[in-house]
Amino acid sequence: MLKYTEDHEWLRAEGDEIVVGITAHASEQLGDVVFIELPEEGREVSAGDEVVVIESVKAASDIAAPVAGVITAVNSALADAPGGVNDDPLAAWFFRIKPADGTSLDGFMDDAAYQALIG
Amino acid sequence: MTDDSRRTGLYDLHVALGARMVPFAGWAMPVQYPTGVMAEHLHTRARAGLFDVSHMGQVLVTPQGGDMAQAALALESLIPADVLGLPQGRQRYGLFTNDQGGIGDDLMFANRGDHFLLVVNAACADKDIAHLQTLEGVTVTPVTDRGLLALQGPQAAGVLARLVPATADMRFMDSQIHVWDGVELWMSRSGYTGEDGFEISVPAADLRRFAQALLDQPEVAPIGLGARDSLRLEAGMPLYGHDMDATVTPAQAALGWSIPKVRRSGGARAGGFPGADAILAELAEGPASVRRGLRPEGRAPIREGVAIFADAEGGEPVGHVSSGGFGPSVNGPVAMACLPTGLPDGATVHAELRGKRIPVAITPLPFITPSYKR
Repeated sequence: MLKYTEDHEWLRAEGDEIVVGITAHASEQLGDVVFIELPEEGREVSAGDEVVVIESVKAASDIAAPVAGVITAVNSALADAPGGVNDDPLAAWFFRIKPADGTSLDGFMDDAAYQALIG
Repeated sequence: MTDDSRRTGLYDLHVALGARMVPFAGWAMPVQYPTGVMAEHLHTRARAGLFDVSHMGQVLVTPQGGDMAQAALALESLIPADVLGLPQGRQRYGLFTNDQGGIGDDLMFANRGDHFLLVVNAACADKDIAHLQTLEGVTVTPVTDRGLLALQGPQAAGVLARLVPATADMRFMDSQIHVWDGVELWMSRSGYTGEDGFEISVPAADLRRFAQALLDQPEVAPIGLGARDSLRLEAGMPLYGHDMDATVTPAQAALGWSIPKVRRSGGARAGGFPGADAILAELAEGPASVRRGLRPEGRAPIREGVAIFADAEGGEPVGHVSSGGFGPSVNGPVAMACLPTGLPDGATVHAELRGKRIPVAITPLPFITPSYKR
């Protein structure tokens, strides 16, 4: 089940990692994505660190690490074809992170709470 | 959307078409429609895009004594262009200058036989009109009962010829009045995209009906301000308030071409406009810096305000990006910046983006090949 951050990221727990992308709402707000800069694999990050840069035709924005941990994988295919974020935001994952403090996503919004946020 | 934004006659149509409305120069304007900036941009380059530019200022300048030459000379006291030599039915591009030699606004002006029609930027319209009202011997009439459309793209002419057959004979920068279904259209063959196209002033009462008639044509899609900006950027056209303003001179903005010989030193009507001494001296000697095209390496856009450095490390900025973004037709980032003169085309400078310096090639403007119908 997906969880959501207030920064319009979706989070999915897989094994001992969390997969991170952005929501359809975020992708619509950004407009056509033309450039994505991904973090280096193995980078240790704190919660809130800006780890991804997304440039759309309109503006630059960031994706923050939802939790502290280590970046274990990045979706370099997405960096080569950034329009995938607009085409299918739920399939367009950006990175996987191995949390420093367990994979519980209890503190994040569920679908109902997120839908209420973007209402 | 703030409630005090002015609405064009097409506001309801934009909303019905699903536009995202944003405040722009005091107006509520469509920045994009559901298809998005990229698709709208590419549609305009391939087919025909319809733009609502009703926020722009339309102004009539009429000689009180009926003598157009006298009105032309009055306009020449504010605009360093050849207004006197502009034939009836033709339009030119020009600049309002200020006493410091900077640019007050840029505009189009057309000779319509017994008056001039000016089109100025929305954000500058009030200031420009006040400026024009200082002229003696002319009546200045802001046009408040008409909207303005632009139909741009390689199929624009075919579309318009279907609705208004007489437009087929218009050439680039012709300005003519034609009638569609009893409605008087003020048309010029011009635009702000680098494509062939038309700008069309329509009575407010008929604006929506005419816009809908254009949208009903299979080639035509509505285009928002987002794509208007990327189209003009690829076409190398400066935007007032960004690539030029009251502190940027015509030579620095690479707009010296709009000041003809007759208004330059030694010309028959040299000078006689605000800032003439400084502007003409700089045109003769060459400016210390000039607006250039930039193509960054990679795909990351460099946007307005990004610092440009001569070298990959150290030093002070040699300029800042005045307009920049992603060029959908170029399929890469494009930008403009005022840089020290003497850097050849193809030279590499560096843009500082998120703490890193990216190589940027100085590139001739425009980034695309314009297709005007000359």
